Amino acid sequence: MPHLVSESAHDPAARRAQVAAALRARLPASCVLSDPEDTRPYECDGLAAYRQLPLAVTLPTDEQQVLAILDVCRELKVPVVPRGAGTGLSGGALPISDGVVLSTARMSQIKQVDPLARTAVVQPGVRNLAISEAAAPFGLYYAPDPSSQIACTIGGNVAENAGGVHCLKYGLTVHNVLRVRVATIEGDIVELGGAALDAPGLDLLAVFIGSEGMLGIVLEVTVKLVPKPALAQVIMASFNDVVTAGNAVADVIAAGIIPAGLEMMDRTSVRMVEPFVKAGYDLDAAAILLCEADGTALEVAEEIARMSAVLERAGATAIAVSQSEAERVRFWSGRKNAFPAAGRISPDYYCMDGTIPRKQLARVLSGIAAMEHTYGLRCSNVFHAGDGNMHPLILFDASAPGEFERAEAFGAAILALCVEVGGTITGEHGVGKEKIDSMCVQFGRKELDAFFAVKHAFDPVALLNPDKAIPTPHRCAEFGKLHVHHGQVPFPDLPRF
Amino acid sequence: MGTIDYFQERVRAAVASGQPLCIRGGGSKDWYGGAPRGDILDTRDHAGIVDYEPTELVITARCGTPLAEIEAVLARHGQKLAFEPPHFGHGATLGGTVAAGLCGPRRATSGATRDFVLGAQLMDGKGDVLSFGGRVMKNVAGYDVSRMLAGSLGTLGLLLEVSLKVLPRPFAETTLSFAMSETDAIRRLNEWGGQPLPLSGSIWCDGMLALRLSGAEAAVDAAVRSLGGEALPDAAAFWTGVREQRHAFFAGDAPLWRLSLPSTTGALAAQGATMIEWGGAQRWLRADGDPATAAAIRRAAQACGGHATLFRGGDKSVGVFQPLAPALARIHARMQDAFDPARVYNPGRLYPGSET
Repeated sequence: MPHLVSESAHDPAARRAQVAAALRARLPASCVLSDPEDTRPYECDGLAAYRQLPLAVTLPTDEQQVLAILDVCRELKVPVVPRGAGTGLSGGALPISDGVVLSTARMSQIKQVDPLARTAVVQPGVRNLAISEAAAPFGLYYAPDPSSQIACTIGGNVAENAGGVHCLKYGLTVHNVLRVRVATIEGDIVELGGAALDAPGLDLLAVFIGSEGMLGIVLEVTVKLVPKPALAQVIMASFNDVVTAGNAVADVIAAGIIPAGLEMMDRTSVRMVEPFVKAGYDLDAAAILLCEADGTALEVAEEIARMSAVLERAGATAIAVSQSEAERVRFWSGRKNAFPAAGRISPDYYCMDGTIPRKQLARVLSGIAAMEHTYGLRCSNVFHAGDGNMHPLILFDASAPGEFERAEAFGAAILALCVEVGGTITGEHGVGKEKIDSMCVQFGRKELDAFFAVKHAFDPVALLNPDKAIPTPHRCAEFGKLHVHHGQVPFPDLPRF
Repeated sequence: MGTIDYFQERVRAAVASGQPLCIRGGGSKDWYGGAPRGDILDTRDHAGIVDYEPTELVITARCGTPLAEIEAVLARHGQKLAFEPPHFGHGATLGGTVAAGLCGPRRATSGATRDFVLGAQLMDGKGDVLSFGGRVMKNVAGYDVSRMLAGSLGTLGLLLEVSLKVLPRPFAETTLSFAMSETDAIRRLNEWGGQPLPLSGSIWCDGMLALRLSGAEAAVDAAVRSLGGEALPDAAAFWTGVREQRHAFFAGDAPLWRLSLPSTTGALAAQGATMIEWGGAQRWLRADGDPATAAAIRRAAQACGGHATLFRGGDKSVGVFQPLAPALARIHARMQDAFDPARVYNPGRLYPGSET
């Protein structure tokens, strides 16, 4: 057998046949795809700019099948790329040419909803929104609400530590998951966390959440459910410059209020979405803030009054409060549709995801404005203003020579600026394949070595999503040749790869 | 010599000599976890708030900073540590607070220590200084090592500096008390937990349930009207007492067990007194610490889906923390290999075998 491995390693077709045969010997035929026609739909995730066909795609339906796949991959030394719904935006589920994709999409059972304990036990392929739908009859819901929640799965949410508009008040995935049952590459099943509020020993659950499929395969998740607020209302406030709007956000926080949602859109974004969603946005405003309050009717009334007063004092030029659920949804529609709207006005767009200390907003926005000239591309900004998570949308045309490379370089420069002002290269999308070079900007060699050691603790054979998220010393050295500190990438017109 | 240089020198000397270090701040939690061993590494000179911007909801401070100082600075800006960590004595430091990972009355509704850790600077077992996480609210770059440091009892390294998310103090707060049996209290707490009520603390003991409500005035007022009960006078002092375990339940020398259980677990069929916190999820038990009792308590906790800790007193040779499954213990050991290969820091504080 070892003889076969070394021989086939040089012949991709033979290797594919070998791996597929070994998988089919352990799994039902319907669980293994290896024909390129069948594996094509899995060649990328939500970051479609990067594509790669894997050796095979596996679609296990239960825990035993997951363990069987891991057995085969461990024996044949085949890398494994876990995949949820494939809605990730950083290439975390991008296949590896000599690896297998392990999709958890068919493990989609909601095993239990316990209304008294306020928990749900679900398989990894259950969609985020489906959990809230199952909990709704009990007046409960699952709080983290990534924009892709209609499609994305809880397994993927755990892998990426997904957030959403409500996470300022209700937290990220890491704050809302009690337990994850995991298959390790060594063939063990371990439980991280538990049905209680804590578990003995090191908090490995905290490390596992957001580990981008590099530490283990999610088999089952216990999530917290929280009471559904009786009412939500949103304030839409206009500002005639973004700095004033940014200061207004700080004033809301300083007044002791944690809104259920606090989002900002700049003028470019507002003008981009309004023609499509007709949300009634102020086209003359330089920035729009959306501030949501939720709770009981009296509670919401109190918080809306408090926030309105703060926003007025902070210089809002217009304030509107949603008077019905339909109006609330309409106010939000533009923010929620900013990405598709970008797709309507530009052939392609590139969504970045960095977090900054909020007080640095003006500096970062003016830096981005300057970069628009440097790179010759437009950029609109939507912003989870409450927690400093920015989503600059770089608009480009992939069919124009050099534009994709310029967009990539523009994105990397924005992330370097985020790090420079004390922030981070990713707030919620993950590093994946997309931002792996930017990791060299945020972390030093010693931290990156520690990350590899953490990975080794879970995955000593280094087969789980091995080339994602954490760059090798070699990779950082290569990147360093091109990258000059403080966001100034030389020769932006040069392709990076 | 700066404190970091000093720490580095001590760590390198410890590695060379094979004599481990016992990280210690105010010493207020010396009794918690496995018995301290090794030469004391005092952290109190590495102190001070490094950065605090109230509107960013983040505070960054060095490990030796007194917890009382952090709380006082936050209070001046109308903010607080939402996990309400117990001090358990004068001189509690930030580093010890995070390393112990203990939480107060608000834990069930606000989250645990680790839920508020945004970033940390760590000195590993080689004396290298590493930074994980950051000072911003959302960050998914790299593995979230800093959250794992909460509750690690110093076994992965010396926590030099930590950034915590802070929250505004509530506008209004009221505590209600109810005469109620243990079974009724567990049921009611879980029912209330599923309703949009501004709950922020609960404790049941000896037939009496106290329930704290915090939030917008309108929310607290409405909850008071719908829940009934009696308003508890001097509630702030009462909850500080709960947090610091000054309640009569905690007096005396009988070993104190902490059970972390699913909140809906029924009344414990235990000899001796129990106290219930965290909406039913944390139970305290005064019981013997002998091996047979310890094994029975652990079995019972595990059967309910939780675990038990010999929190204070008793014979630690029965093990302080619930043993880990073998596969999990293996990952633990490798995690320690990653950060403290020579097992310089706090050997045996988390698990007896963890230094080998």
